[in-house]
Amino acid sequence: MSPDLLKLIFGRLTFESLPLHEPIVVGTFAVVATGGLIMFAGLTYFRLWGYLWSEWFTSVDHKRIGIMYMILGIVMLLRGFADALMMRLQQALAFGGSEGYLNSHHYDQVFTAHGVIMIFFVAMPLVTGLMNFVVPLQIGARDVSFPFLNNFSFWMTVGGAVLVMASLFIGEFARTGWLAYPPLSNIGYSPDVGVDYYIWGLQVAGIGTTLSGINLICTIVKLRCPGMTMMRMPVFTWTALCTNVLIVASFPVLTVVLALLSLDRYVGTNFFTNDFGGSPMMYVNLIWIWGHPEVYILVLPAFGIFSEVTSTFSGKRLFGYTSMVYATVVITILSYLVWLHHFFTMGSGASVNSFFGITTMIISIPTGAKMFNWLFTMYRGRIRFELPMMWTIAFMLTFVLGGMTGVLLAVPPADFVLHNSLFLIAHFHNVIIGGVVFGAFAGIGYWFPKAFGFKLDPFWGKLSFWFWVTGFYLAFMPLYVLGLMGVTRRLRVFDDPSLQIWFIIAGIGAFLVFLGILSMLMQFAVSFLRREQLKDVTGDPWDARTLEWATSSPPPAYNFAFTPVVHDNDAWWDMKRRGYQRPLTGFKPIHMPSSTGTGIILAGLATAMGFGLIWYIWWLAAASFAAMLVVGIGHTFNYHRDFDIPADDVIRAEDARTKLLAGAK
Amino acid sequence: MTVTVNPAQTGEPVFYLADEHPHPEGYSTSLGFWIYLMSDCLIFAILFATFGVLGGNYAAGPAPKDLFELPLVAVNTSMLLLSSITYGFAMLTMQQNKIGQTQMWLAITGLFGAAFIGIELSEFAHMIHEGATPQRSAFLSAFFTLVGTHGLHVTCGLIWLVTLMVQVWKFGLIEANRRRLMCLSMFWHFLDVVWIGVFTFVYLLGVLR
Repeated sequence: MSPDLLKLIFGRLTFESLPLHEPIVVGTFAVVATGGLIMFAGLTYFRLWGYLWSEWFTSVDHKRIGIMYMILGIVMLLRGFADALMMRLQQALAFGGSEGYLNSHHYDQVFTAHGVIMIFFVAMPLVTGLMNFVVPLQIGARDVSFPFLNNFSFWMTVGGAVLVMASLFIGEFARTGWLAYPPLSNIGYSPDVGVDYYIWGLQVAGIGTTLSGINLICTIVKLRCPGMTMMRMPVFTWTALCTNVLIVASFPVLTVVLALLSLDRYVGTNFFTNDFGGSPMMYVNLIWIWGHPEVYILVLPAFGIFSEVTSTFSGKRLFGYTSMVYATVVITILSYLVWLHHFFTMGSGASVNSFFGITTMIISIPTGAKMFNWLFTMYRGRIRFELPMMWTIAFMLTFVLGGMTGVLLAVPPADFVLHNSLFLIAHFHNVIIGGVVFGAFAGIGYWFPKAFGFKLDPFWGKLSFWFWVTGFYLAFMPLYVLGLMGVTRRLRVFDDPSLQIWFIIAGIGAFLVFLGILSMLMQFAVSFLRREQLKDVTGDPWDARTLEWATSSPPPAYNFAFTPVVHDNDAWWDMKRRGYQRPLTGFKPIHMPSSTGTGIILAGLATAMGFGLIWYIWWLAAASFAAMLVVGIGHTFNYHRDFDIPADDVIRAEDARTKLLAGAK
Repeated sequence: MTVTVNPAQTGEPVFYLADEHPHPEGYSTSLGFWIYLMSDCLIFAILFATFGVLGGNYAAGPAPKDLFELPLVAVNTSMLLLSSITYGFAMLTMQQNKIGQTQMWLAITGLFGAAFIGIELSEFAHMIHEGATPQRSAFLSAFFTLVGTHGLHVTCGLIWLVTLMVQVWKFGLIEANRRRLMCLSMFWHFLDVVWIGVFTFVYLLGVLR
């Protein structure tokens, strides 16, 4: 075929785009492909595709979507953590003239992919998944406000993850660092597909995130059950509300800034160039106007989880509910007023830097208030050291440390020394692992029995806990030391041999975390095998306080046979204390949304469009876009999106639960 | 809240609704659409901010004074403002259940919208022909992106408008279609408001600058 025709069909995708000369990538591909084939064959052999499609992929049930988000997050955690191990190994080896084992082309992709994947495709899905699963149950609702949109949002997130994963085997990923600052990320310095993978992966996922934010705000504002005033909402729901407000108020900024970068790259405009009046610092400002709220998007729900866990396992009402709510709201607002602390070194002058330094320090006040609220909740409580509570205590110790180093970095003169150093890397891993990751694990351990009807195995869980916590400290405390000694981030080789010992310690820490992740996977497997012994028949295995524990584990598709009525902050605790009798008769048909495949189809088309744009395969991009319009508009011609669960089905489900409960007594 | 609960009145606390009614269809739609509009508003806010920062960087190229023809922009603005009024008439006739008139006003709205897009495109073509391309300077990059994003929104609105006209024609002014017309109405007026910002800050202040 003529080169022109090839170019028309495949854009800039050629055989040379496949990284066949990188043995590490080829090996990874072999492993992933084999694993994928085994899974595919298994699903086909056991005829599970139909079940997966009709019960999961097309489901609009918020619980199933929440669980799928969690699975996505955990799968991507394996990828993101593999990147982390590679970096730790490289940095531990590359001393005394050694180049390590990663060339700079590969190493730069690894640290970029690690950051992007961990934030967008691990932390975000874990947080969104927990909110999706828990919030409607906590507010006594049957589903979210826009169930179809929820399914679509999830698949858009998957689409973004698919694009980022594809870059590993087809072409390459960005070599710019996780925020892709121009001019490095502009076409002149990054002419290959890496940054385009970055842009379209995040754009596709970002649309999903924004829509899911709108959805959850509406759910919380409109679908609370009778009696649940704003100030009676569980704290996790409050933090979910604030997080989703932050999502809606910040992700559009990311969308715009990435769109402007794409215009620079594709059309040749001059937003972030060095010539013709462009300003690269404009990009840095804009992306951090999204980026700073983003860290609170991640950590606020974690704060909510810790609040639920602390009060449940201390057997006490949460201390200072009102101050907790106000602290959350204050953090939400302040998170918009601090973005410039990410680049004090820009040179905006003493007054601007002082303003942003002070607002940053002020955030520690509401956060500190929360910390004391948790402590006072535990004070004189009857504390049960179950796994979620252990994660919570590890969080409290670790997060305070990370918060203090954060306040150190908030001082502009100190930041001039520590900017882009390993001290910063240690700080944000300290708060993100100590806050968000520990929070997600606490949440998984806490709500797992609700989702699946059996508890997680405590032995492997505790093993995982101790590996994670010790591994975390070993991995990141050396980075504080190195940062104070002036070592900057993203270095591939080192000259000074005296530094090596710290990198070796950090590498050992990362290996311990690896064991922690393995133990966690083992925990899931063992719990599944021991599910009969670990079974939760009551629906309330922890003697908990909020509404999600009032229904069965796992909850029926309709969540509650009758919409609950709430009289207290700790609604379920109040019901238990005042002798609530579960209704046994009078069931009625329940109106529910129907499943639809439109979400996954639209997201698939969006992903194909992204792929076409990345590789300049214009026909693919145009065709996918046109198909999206047709499918999207076609979907609006379907006016019948609901059905009724017949009363008989409700009676059957509720009778089964009655029998289970009778057996439990 | 659909039910007020006061346990003091009955003595026995009520923990669930024995007789409940599902939320009406589209119960959350207007709130959801409002929040969507605000997120869209943020997109424009960032584009305005970018124009504010980069709008003076002509890079020795053409400036607003050399490019903008205010009379043409005035005509264009009137197209969009008139389309908002006619959309308002469509909503009024919808309230009175007059399908024919609703469709007529929607069609007129669409024509005004299309005229707006047409004039904008010819303005763009003229500028590009004169060498004032989006690549020429940061000012022009910001200008084309801000005004173009607004134009893209109007185009989406037009596609949506045609879709809704087909749906009203096929299924009548049923509750779902009324809700959709209401959403498009908010969208259309929102674009009008954004355009007033564009007209003021980009064109009028640009010529003064």
